Amino acid sequence: MNNTYYGKLIFELSKKGRVGYSLPKNEFATYSTTQLPDHLLRKSGTILPEADEQTVVRHYTNMSNNNFGVDTGFYPLGSCTMKYNPKINEEMAALPAFSALHPTQPASTAQGALKVYYNVQQMLSELTGLSEFTLNPYAGAHGELTGLMIISTYHQKRGDLKRKKIIIPDSAHGTNPASAAVCGLEVVEVKSLENGRVDVEALKPLLSDEVAGMMMTNPNTLGLFETEIPEITRLVHECGGLMYYDGANLNPLLGVCRPGDMGFDVMHLNLHKTFSTPHGGGGPGAGPVGVRKGLEEYLPSPHVRKNDAGQFYLDYDANSLGSISSFLGNFTVILKAYAFLLSAGREHFKLMGPLAVLNANYIKEALKDVYELPIEGLCKHEFVFNGLKDKSTHVTTLDIAKRLLDYGFHAPTIYFPLLFHEALMIEPTETESKDTLDSFIATMRTIAEEAAQQPNVVKTAPHHTPTKRMDDVKAVKEPHLTYKSYTA
Amino acid sequence: MNYKYFPHTEDDIREMLQVCGVEDLEGLYAELPDSVKLGRDYRLPDAKSEIEVRREFEALGKENTPLVCFAGAGVYDHYTPAVINYVTQRSEFLTSYTPYQAEISQGTLQYIFEYQTLMADLTGMSISNASMYDGATATAEAMMMAMASVKKADRILISATLNPAVIRVTQTYAHFHGVNLIVIPEKNGVTDFDFMKSELEKGGVAGVIVGQPNYYGIIEDLSGIAELCHQNKALLIMNCPASTLAVLRTPGEWGADIAVGDGQSLGLPMNYGGPYVGYFCTTEALIRKMPGRIVGGTTDSDGKRTFVLTMQAREQHIRRQKATSNICTNQGMMTLFVTMYMSLMGPQGLKEVNEQSYAGAHYLHDELLKTGKFADAFPGQPFFNEFCVRTDTDIEQMQGKLLAEGILGGIRLTSEGKKDCILFAVTEKRTKAEIDKMVSLIKEA
Repeated sequence: MNNTYYGKLIFELSKKGRVGYSLPKNEFATYSTTQLPDHLLRKSGTILPEADEQTVVRHYTNMSNNNFGVDTGFYPLGSCTMKYNPKINEEMAALPAFSALHPTQPASTAQGALKVYYNVQQMLSELTGLSEFTLNPYAGAHGELTGLMIISTYHQKRGDLKRKKIIIPDSAHGTNPASAAVCGLEVVEVKSLENGRVDVEALKPLLSDEVAGMMMTNPNTLGLFETEIPEITRLVHECGGLMYYDGANLNPLLGVCRPGDMGFDVMHLNLHKTFSTPHGGGGPGAGPVGVRKGLEEYLPSPHVRKNDAGQFYLDYDANSLGSISSFLGNFTVILKAYAFLLSAGREHFKLMGPLAVLNANYIKEALKDVYELPIEGLCKHEFVFNGLKDKSTHVTTLDIAKRLLDYGFHAPTIYFPLLFHEALMIEPTETESKDTLDSFIATMRTIAEEAAQQPNVVKTAPHHTPTKRMDDVKAVKEPHLTYKSYTA
Repeated sequence: MNYKYFPHTEDDIREMLQVCGVEDLEGLYAELPDSVKLGRDYRLPDAKSEIEVRREFEALGKENTPLVCFAGAGVYDHYTPAVINYVTQRSEFLTSYTPYQAEISQGTLQYIFEYQTLMADLTGMSISNASMYDGATATAEAMMMAMASVKKADRILISATLNPAVIRVTQTYAHFHGVNLIVIPEKNGVTDFDFMKSELEKGGVAGVIVGQPNYYGIIEDLSGIAELCHQNKALLIMNCPASTLAVLRTPGEWGADIAVGDGQSLGLPMNYGGPYVGYFCTTEALIRKMPGRIVGGTTDSDGKRTFVLTMQAREQHIRRQKATSNICTNQGMMTLFVTMYMSLMGPQGLKEVNEQSYAGAHYLHDELLKTGKFADAFPGQPFFNEFCVRTDTDIEQMQGKLLAEGILGGIRLTSEGKKDCILFAVTEKRTKAEIDKMVSLIKEA
């Protein structure tokens, strides 16, 4: 990434009379929208820019130079699993034989597409130990919501209507309680122990016949395996609740253990984390949801199944919770994940988890003498430092994050989880080499030295990025949410 | 190991394990209870080389049939200019995360800001969020936002003339979220005004959701509906296919409070149903209730104009269960895609695409009626790029014959009383020759 700032907006490049498109001659010119009743037509002017093709291409290319991606450099953003995004996946997903399909065209003309769905469903089942997957949810949070709808439907269909409470650990991602609220459930928070795991003794008094279930992220957001899972699932099942597994952090467990075998009933996966599809600056993602045997009929509609003749078809089960997407989710993302599943296969999935865990522990051990490690012991995909060990410098986690940008690294996740004030959450993933990790470690040590010797350099970072520190307060106090407010 | 996505050499692993104080890779999982360990290989196919992956996809692709598309129902076969796929594949965009570190994410933040400007302009509303999953979930979010914004209200009205896929998703959210969602019946293809009026006048309605053009392609006359909603303290929520707003009266001009819909019609490939992009626009008065990410302008310490994620106090990572929505991020690449599309098409191009789609649809409509086999399903209603006709012909047989010729001949309606109806859509990609061919095949059937 260069540090040349490019700050123009497309509206500022517009010049009346320029065009960036070409269309065939209208063959039906006797028809025109001017024949519609006048009061049904748009009267307002428009801000749509007038620009030629090259201007548009240069504009967005210049903007891309102000961006940092996994292909630019190391991206140790905790809980986001920023692994390498294979390029063959992109090429396969863009094949016109898939991208030109209309979602309503008959299943008989889309058997190849449906077979991809079916195969991915099957492979995710094997990787997680659950019985059946839907690929309809559009993202992780959408998967959580879908999973909670399945849990609610299970209770509703049994006539068990008073189960409205959902237990969520205090270390959970914010989407867990937010998804529960959208699903109409009441959130009950359970505390973590000093060792970062769910407090089983604190859980016990929360269990009752009003509990719909419990959501757990494993490994949790501290990167720790929830070792009490067998006891927790036993307790929650005993009180009649279902166990939800937030699979956002599943990557480090690939090859080692499966949520289904741990007693979980419902889970979601993030194809854009564990299964290498690109995050795209925010999307599109995909959040497939899996269920154990006995819950398959509640999966959202439509669902891809195979009949006895080997034909794939769309099933609308009468007991389904309903539709959560217009069609079958983010198909292109599923194609990319399928390419990844095929490439990794039996041999490489089993090493994916261990190598991700090795990378995380390696950084942790190499830095814990200068950064405060609040919880000792083995971590899984990620770990959390509570800022610098030496607190006398007053250099904050935010300062460290910004200084890392100067050295060509993306920052870790900061100030999450909320359990520590100066949280720096680091997740390297298995696709990073020892060389990259060594250079990151060296840089983190350099920053620690800078913090002690010339703290101002760190506190005013970044210095070498396209733009400097932002005034977030001003963005709220003097809001500019569209270009119009700059021209008014 | 020899896997191109794992950079570790045997020596690397040995040295790293040593630093970790662990003997082997298995030792990294020492704290796990034995009862949860898998203890066997996955039952998955053997890893495939890139050549084999390509072969598999090519073989699967051959099991799909490319069709000349006359189907719509919310998903339209518009043309994608070549430069969009070219530029959106730049990995600085594609392989980045949500723009948390604004100093190295100005590319993403800036195109979202442009997107917000363009969508607010297209819908005639004051603000837009950074986008949502699709038009259906955006509609469900609008429903929940109306419930949270209007006091002493207990229900939402939704028109039966909306796309059934949108209704289905909204109903699912309503069921679990505890919203009493009432369907306003259809009358000659449009929303039953009298029913809506009487429901609104009973009081307690937080919002009314209508589609424009509606599922049948009809442009509804919504005169007086916004006023009626506002007199009864309800919000008007409009769902419109984004592209049509270049020509049709906008939600802002109709007096809507929330405009939602799908951005697929802005040149996104049909992709067998996704990914698309849901847009969500509203008035300044309602901004703090809006779901999703928002990007705003500010300055950096050098005084340069820059962009950041803003108004985050509404969101799940801050407010947890009290957030306005559970949505975590936006539809990133699809947002860039439609932003580039609008920038290339400009005011003239977007208008021309709609003109050609409108003209092609009206030509097809008239040619179909000339065969004597079809009649208007909803006589006298103005339509846009899509229309609904009724027929005595065996629809299954007719569509089968068209399929055999590589033509997707519209969508048969499935609702009660409409099973003899077909919905046809036309875009600028359809030629007169293609239309004439389909009509002549239907004529012979």
